Amino acid sequence: MSRLRTSGPPDEAGAEVVTSAGAATTRPEAKPRRRGFRTHVVVFIAPAAAIYTLFMVYPLLDSLRLSLFAPVDGNLTFVGLDNFVHLLTDDILAPQFWNAVWNNLMFFAVHFFVQNPIGLLLAALLAAPTLRGRSTYRALLFIPTTLSVVIVGFIWQLIISPVWGFVDTPLLGQSSTALVTLALMSVWQYVGIPMILFYAVLISIPHELTEAATVDGANGWTTFWRVKFPLILPTVGIVSVVTYVANMNAFDLIYTVKGALAGPDFASDIMGTFFFRTFFGFQLQQGSSTMGATVATMMFLLILAGVLLYFYGWQRRIESYQL
Amino acid sequence: MSAVNTATPPAAAAPKTYRPLRARAGAAVPHVILIAYAVVALGPIAMIVMNSFKSRQAIFDTPFALPTPDTFDVSGFQTVFTRAQFELYFLNSFIVTVSTVFLVLLLGSMAAFALAEYRFTGLTFVALYMAVGIMIPIRLGTVGILDLMVRLGLVNSLAGLVLVYTAMGLPLAVFVLTAFFQQVPGELKDAARIDGSSEYRVYRMAVPLVKPGLAAIGVYTMLPIWNDLWFPLILTPAENVRTVTLGTQLFLGQFVTDWNAVLAVLTLAALPLIALFIIFSRQFIRGLTSGAFK
Repeated sequence: MSRLRTSGPPDEAGAEVVTSAGAATTRPEAKPRRRGFRTHVVVFIAPAAAIYTLFMVYPLLDSLRLSLFAPVDGNLTFVGLDNFVHLLTDDILAPQFWNAVWNNLMFFAVHFFVQNPIGLLLAALLAAPTLRGRSTYRALLFIPTTLSVVIVGFIWQLIISPVWGFVDTPLLGQSSTALVTLALMSVWQYVGIPMILFYAVLISIPHELTEAATVDGANGWTTFWRVKFPLILPTVGIVSVVTYVANMNAFDLIYTVKGALAGPDFASDIMGTFFFRTFFGFQLQQGSSTMGATVATMMFLLILAGVLLYFYGWQRRIESYQL
Repeated sequence: MSAVNTATPPAAAAPKTYRPLRARAGAAVPHVILIAYAVVALGPIAMIVMNSFKSRQAIFDTPFALPTPDTFDVSGFQTVFTRAQFELYFLNSFIVTVSTVFLVLLLGSMAAFALAEYRFTGLTFVALYMAVGIMIPIRLGTVGILDLMVRLGLVNSLAGLVLVYTAMGLPLAVFVLTAFFQQVPGELKDAARIDGSSEYRVYRMAVPLVKPGLAAIGVYTMLPIWNDLWFPLILTPAENVRTVTLGTQLFLGQFVTDWNAVLAVLTLAALPLIALFIIFSRQFIRGLTSGAFK
């Protein structure tokens, strides 16, 4: 487990994603070999690079390109930013778009404020050195995370269905409660992720640190908030940005439970379902690949904005400690 | 944590005989919370599995009871197997998942080995280029992917799914495995080279040394693919190439009022994965906590 730590403190791993893959290879051990063109380097890298380029990078760029085109008399024609203007000003599309953006942010907010605290609490309990049955708890609490979203959606749909009678209110049928209910189902499923990541940080905190605090007279509560919590903060940021990216292209749960129309009355519509309807069309709405690409580009920009906000607003401001 | 908090200060003041009792009560608090949350996490799943073996009447009358000889009923499972080809869906999901994991591990480890082992012009560029894909969700390229699949004639083929999922899994695999390969001691590789081994042999010698990384990437790649709904829905909706997740979703949509069938299909779809997870949970959790994904 300490293998990877050598390339940087775990706290800075978020930044590593962007920077150190390249930087790490300039370590002194990597000796230059003095041969000319080396076929084996190409043989090693080409297959992965080719599949990645053809089936991920190219379609992504193609989608960005398509967002600048529109069918005119049956031919795709370059229209500049017209699609974006249409998306943001059209009487029907614009309200749907902003509704989806707002709902998606709410969806994320529920994750942020519910998933993180529960995950942290469970991780803190699991990391206590005296706890018995740790690995059993750890595995049991992680089980929902391994399930398919389709299964999770239906399990909860049945459990809270007024037909079965545990809950009287149709939580999924009311506009006021549908979105929050769906978000909580998603939290129930994914709380295992922050739990495991916080747990990994907590068990790596050296005993000397907590012992020193205890010797100084701090009780468990103080030790946790003054010593351990500051060490966890960077992970809170990483968990949040990963959750944000995942939420911004969430789709499966809402589609499973509420269908592509994300009812009632679009109350649970998020970017993923809006993208799906715009691209493939639904009922009276005609599908359009160029408008679909436009929505995908907007999703990309929203994700980019969130990630940049994390790097500049959060990661730079909090202190990271090398353990 | 609050357990320790409440236990310590009074224990100092109180007579010594109280201490073990209080300490024991304090030690129980984490278990109470963890067991309570385990009920929240597993209760719903248990409800579904339990009731899938009961008659329709019993599902509604005594939902919390285990199936008894009186209420035992597998009509839901019969409906599932007569009305949908779940064996086929399982086979499809299995083919897609295993092929993708194999390709991601093979191609990912080859590229990662080269990035860790050699210095060449454009190294930083290649490493960055592969790493960019970690943060960008591949779903945003769906319009382009569908277009490409139509042109390649790969719509409604499992190969199309495998290629998309491989592209999706490679960036993280290359990134994580590069870090693992950098830890393989240089002396080992140089010794092999002096003995006249080709670079391909050196790679084959180094791969077993990064097994923990391969295991972590393997499980991490597997779960989202097995559970994905988006790409099967868009790329392989046809009956003969349907995956379990899509098959479950479509079946549930059709039989939404047949509670026996719905509970049975949920049980069928959930149990294999839970069983697999319980068997491999140690390796899986170790992979996630190894720091590879932070």
